[in-house]
Amino acid sequence: MLFGLLCLTFAISHVVPGDPARLAAGPDANQSMVDTIRAKYGLDRPLGVQFVRYLRGLAAGDLGESLRSRNAVRDDLARYFPNTFELVTLALLLAVAVGIPLGMLSAVYKDTWIDHWARVVSVSGVALPAFWLGLMLQLLVALYLGWLPLGGRLGLTATPPAPITHLLLVDALLRGQWATFADAARHAVLPVVTLCFPALASIMRVNRAEMLETLQQDYIKTARAQGFSGPRVVTRYALRNAMIPTLTMIGLRYGWMLGGTILVETVFDWPGIGLYAVNAAVSSDFQPIMGVTLLIGLNVMLVNLLVDLAYGWLDPRIRRPSSVT
Amino acid sequence: MTARVLSLAWLEEREGRRREIRRYVRLFARSASSMAGLAIVVLFLIVVAIGPWIAPYPEDARGAVHLERKLQPPSAAHWFGTDEVGTDVYTRVILGARVSLQIGLVITVIAALIGVPLGIVAGYFGGALGELIMRVTDVFLSVPALILALAVVGALGPGIVNAMLALALVWWPGYVRLVQGKTLALKQETYVEAARAVGTGRLRIVFVHILPNCVSPIVVKASMDMGMAILAAASLGFIGLGAQPPYPEWGAMISHGRNYLPTWWWYSAFPGLAIYLTVLGFNLLGDGLRDLLDPKSLS
Repeated sequence: MLFGLLCLTFAISHVVPGDPARLAAGPDANQSMVDTIRAKYGLDRPLGVQFVRYLRGLAAGDLGESLRSRNAVRDDLARYFPNTFELVTLALLLAVAVGIPLGMLSAVYKDTWIDHWARVVSVSGVALPAFWLGLMLQLLVALYLGWLPLGGRLGLTATPPAPITHLLLVDALLRGQWATFADAARHAVLPVVTLCFPALASIMRVNRAEMLETLQQDYIKTARAQGFSGPRVVTRYALRNAMIPTLTMIGLRYGWMLGGTILVETVFDWPGIGLYAVNAAVSSDFQPIMGVTLLIGLNVMLVNLLVDLAYGWLDPRIRRPSSVT
Repeated sequence: MTARVLSLAWLEEREGRRREIRRYVRLFARSASSMAGLAIVVLFLIVVAIGPWIAPYPEDARGAVHLERKLQPPSAAHWFGTDEVGTDVYTRVILGARVSLQIGLVITVIAALIGVPLGIVAGYFGGALGELIMRVTDVFLSVPALILALAVVGALGPGIVNAMLALALVWWPGYVRLVQGKTLALKQETYVEAARAVGTGRLRIVFVHILPNCVSPIVVKASMDMGMAILAAASLGFIGLGAQPPYPEWGAMISHGRNYLPTWWWYSAFPGLAIYLTVLGFNLLGDGLRDLLDPKSLS
């Protein structure tokens, strides 16, 4: 799987037509300058040789360097990834915290106004272009109402905390810099809401469908007949069984969100790997894009593994060694 | 006499089929959201078909410049206002529908043309080749489509054709998954086994027994994908890697209008609304079709 991902990133960066050496040399460079750069990065060698070099570099933790800024991609990623991680994690938590109760309510109060409104949210969430929603939120909340900052990660006057975890919010808390924490949190609200909306919608939708099915089951009727209270039956018996498909959706959506960050980070000028990838792509700078693709692919694989492990915890019947790999 | 009996049987069969279609139509019409989706999609197709005749300033979609009327708010003459070179935003949104339909169709059709055959090979014939196809599919699916498309466009260079190509290249694995799963299930069906038992050739089984039964999930997915592909292409346009101005593509329009917020809000607000409605329409339609054609599956 991992090897496949490596082959894919290599194929895109080396086989697809396009000439990074010419780009790096700039528009005024003559042929010999282009050739020098090509030789320096090994772009003139046979593909097989380039691939082995690529793998060897990766094994040593070398993701290449940005042709534009000459920074090592690894250092850039280390600087930007914590910001993206913070954004995606907060958005996912919000999506789960709102989506699951909403799906549950919508199933329990099927065909009432709660259900209708919840379904409007779920249908809109997937169809709304994230970048447009972000712009409209900026327009309304930041520019007209002036409640929240327009974009960026931190105000100009705030002092960033000395890094411990490199997660700005966590570090500010650990260092006790309350003003910085509040400022960072205010900057995070709009991007998090924008990013979470589509995920919230699909989590809600799956949870509603599963809850509807689970609530029809015999064991729910039995539990009700035995006199267990309504909320207890719904949360303890039905929700737990409806959680497995919901969890699959959460895992899927995590990957989607990592893709969505490139739009949300562009709109809100959020200094994460999405914005980094966009800036690199606009100037045909390969190595950073490949680094981001690889990092995101690894993240998705990791989350899939966690989801598989969580299945076993939710449903003891699938707690077999073969299903946890 | 026999002719009469035959024609009666034919009539009966036709009547049965008609009844079935009527039942489908009734079921579909009962769902308000499916009908809303159908209505939006039909409206979209009408706009695509008659766009050049209803757009008030058709030359504005081809890069006309009227600086004397730039950045005017919505009015009777310019329903959605005008942009920074004075072109009519309403005209550009209307003609942008054609662009979006093209984008959606090209991406979906190419993805299905690559994905469906691979899915059938992997599902029906299996073996080492099938295993390889599924591994490659899994790798593609492990990276979000938008990121992968960004990487490919980054390599090919920005532009609407490259953006479509990149999205089509990352879109097919979904079809492989869908068709492979369906084929594996169909392979176990009694009628396929029966066909094999009487010595039907593999190709005939695939084309006569397997493929027709894969059509409804493919249609459902394609309908959903039309919306999602339009959204993805608009996203690339917004980043600046898709359509380039003055091409009337909705995502690129929003991207340009962004520089004129908040005072000139109409510039990016209306193209966004158009994307939202179009994607919503295709999604609702796809949902309705799924309930109808493929009630057992839940995506």
